[in-house]
Amino acid sequence: MKTAEEFFNILKQKFGDSIIELKSGVPLESFIIIDPLKIDEVCLFLRDDSELKFDNCMNLSGVDDANGKKEAQADGSSTIVGGTISVIYHLESVYLKHKVTLKVSAPRENPQVKSVAAIWRSADWHEREAYDLFGINFINHPDLRRILMPYDWEAGYPLRKDYKNPEFYQGMKVPY
Amino acid sequence: MGLLDKQFADDNIVITTVDDLLNWARLSSLWQVGFGLACCAIEMMATSASHYDFDRFGVIPRPSPRQSDVIIISGTVTLKMALRVKRLYEQMPDPKYVISMGSCSNCGGPYWEHGYHVLKGVDRVVPVDVYVPGCPPRPEALLEGLMKLQEKIRNESSVKKSA
Amino acid sequence: MSFETKKNITVYKPAVKTEEMILNMGPQHPSTHGVLRLELQLEGEIITKVIPHIGYLHRCFEKHAEAMTYPQVIPYTDRMDYLASMGNEFGYAVAVEKLLNIQVPERVEYIRVIMAELQRIASHLVALGTYGADIGAMTPFLFCFRDREKILSLFEMTCGARLLYNYIWVGGLSHDLHPDFVRQTRDFVTYFKPKIKELNDLLTYNKIFIDRTSNVGILPLDTAINFGISGPMLRGSGLKWDLRKDDPYSVYHKFDFDIPVGEGKVGTVGDCWDRYYVRVLEMGESLKIIEQALDQLPEGDVSSAIPKRIKPPVGQVYTRVENPRGELGYFIISDGSVNPFRVKVRAPSFVNLGVMDVLCRGHMVADIIAILGSVDIVLGEVDR
Repeated sequence: MKTAEEFFNILKQKFGDSIIELKSGVPLESFIIIDPLKIDEVCLFLRDDSELKFDNCMNLSGVDDANGKKEAQADGSSTIVGGTISVIYHLESVYLKHKVTLKVSAPRENPQVKSVAAIWRSADWHEREAYDLFGINFINHPDLRRILMPYDWEAGYPLRKDYKNPEFYQGMKVPY
Repeated sequence: MGLLDKQFADDNIVITTVDDLLNWARLSSLWQVGFGLACCAIEMMATSASHYDFDRFGVIPRPSPRQSDVIIISGTVTLKMALRVKRLYEQMPDPKYVISMGSCSNCGGPYWEHGYHVLKGVDRVVPVDVYVPGCPPRPEALLEGLMKLQEKIRNESSVKKSA
Repeated sequence: MSFETKKNITVYKPAVKTEEMILNMGPQHPSTHGVLRLELQLEGEIITKVIPHIGYLHRCFEKHAEAMTYPQVIPYTDRMDYLASMGNEFGYAVAVEKLLNIQVPERVEYIRVIMAELQRIASHLVALGTYGADIGAMTPFLFCFRDREKILSLFEMTCGARLLYNYIWVGGLSHDLHPDFVRQTRDFVTYFKPKIKELNDLLTYNKIFIDRTSNVGILPLDTAINFGISGPMLRGSGLKWDLRKDDPYSVYHKFDFDIPVGEGKVGTVGDCWDRYYVRVLEMGESLKIIEQALDQLPEGDVSSAIPKRIKPPVGQVYTRVENPRGELGYFIISDGSVNPFRVKVRAPSFVNLGVMDVLCRGHMVADIIAILGSVDIVLGEVDR
């Protein structure tokens, strides 16, 4: 059973500048921060290396960090400018029984992350959901389109912290 | 109404109005579209099962809307689904009735405040006859809703069109 | 010119120009277990591609979780997988308790396990009953729902609700057990043991059922792991993986129970019949756990550890529990305030549904119903 520090050291040795830092001491999980455009090479190594063998991607979630600057708008609401949007990966190995958490952060205006759908097929739908609800663009994803919201939803990305509800959608009143 | 064979005084002849006869026929065999959306659908299935039987009221689930009289909208109606509900309603032949079951289809339910994708009440797309409150309503509550619908049908008139 | 299908039926197509047909199994369909839309691309009767369209029940759980306080989120977690509400609440409570680092009394742990296992039996009864109804057998549906009513009356005695309970709170439970609960649960356990045999006689070894479900929808093990499948689907493919034993939470390490796996008894390993049979055997194992828990149930106060105000430290946690449908994971990020910053639910049915395309290729249209029933999805969980 390896710990997060050991994984960090192994990855740092192999990939050098793509692995940015190890954040530990935060309750309850330490996670490894990785460059968003190199995440697919790192994940391929994590899956195929015989010592690590992470063959199951348990979870892939988008997070709106909301660490930018709040700007007030004309109608009283506020939008966030600057800051990052992150994607957090939870991986585990069924046979070697260890787990690791990875995090990538991309700028809020145009978040671009390499897709890992070809490595773990379970990430396919999770990435579509992250695109649908946060607007993160996954490069090399086989079929990136909305999955939970209607295909012609134009009012933005709902789970961002500064999302505003539209008034009408196809003739139906949306707010209460 | 009671058991009909006790009401015949002489030689199986009954005299009644056409309205009463038609209404009695309609309310005794309301066939429902098998349409369940969310948690309330499980309570509707439990009502159709053997413990609280729906079949003794004449309610049979039919797979197609073109062969049914009543649609029980059970569960949350989302914006993506609302247009399909409207289309199903339009496919049903007249006379048709709508029972809105559960607080999600009555008024949006627990998702009224922050639900960006929830339609706050199915009466924004189809006209509703009976609202059954609850989250989810007990099977007995759904049976009461059905009986209220039967009362409503009993008082219908084939000459005057109601709203 | 011929076409091999999965069931070793060779279809000869004459040299005529044919066209692919797209058939829509729409959101309203008696056997899609809810509002799921399947777009089927057909070559005659054989399926070439299945594209599931979901989102017809997207109820914005994650946005609500950010706006409510930690205890207020629990009724919303109920409504995600509405057939296994106790399991959803259990997972959320375990996650927040880990974040707060509090220890719950032992009585609370045992009662939670009893409720979760009773809920597992109730959920499997619905799954098996509706699976039989989809294949065409109406009788097991009524039998399963009759037995399920007994479990629901046990739940109603404890917390007042039949389907969506709001019972397992962070740090404890909302009500203690009714004084008659233990006796009635033991009666139920004695009543239910022969009913599993009755279900086997009715449905499991029925020749028509075996013909329709064996060698259909075979899921190889490495595909299953790559797709992130969990729960009875993974166990049906032959791997002995159960979170109650492999990543234990609560007091599951104190019980002695078996993990059934699919062995290909009437077909190949990993077909629909195997997944169905794993669920039948799991009901028997749950009965064992309930009996042991009732014997070991300690005394105590169920609400002593419920905190007055939940304000966890800044951090994040990912915990998972074994729901009847698979691995339910909660990823909670806290920023130090009374509202969670982000709650992501890793729903088992969402992930299990992703494998539909691979399972259905080469089968006929009628087999899709059998395969979909064996995946056992609940749309409230898929769409959240």
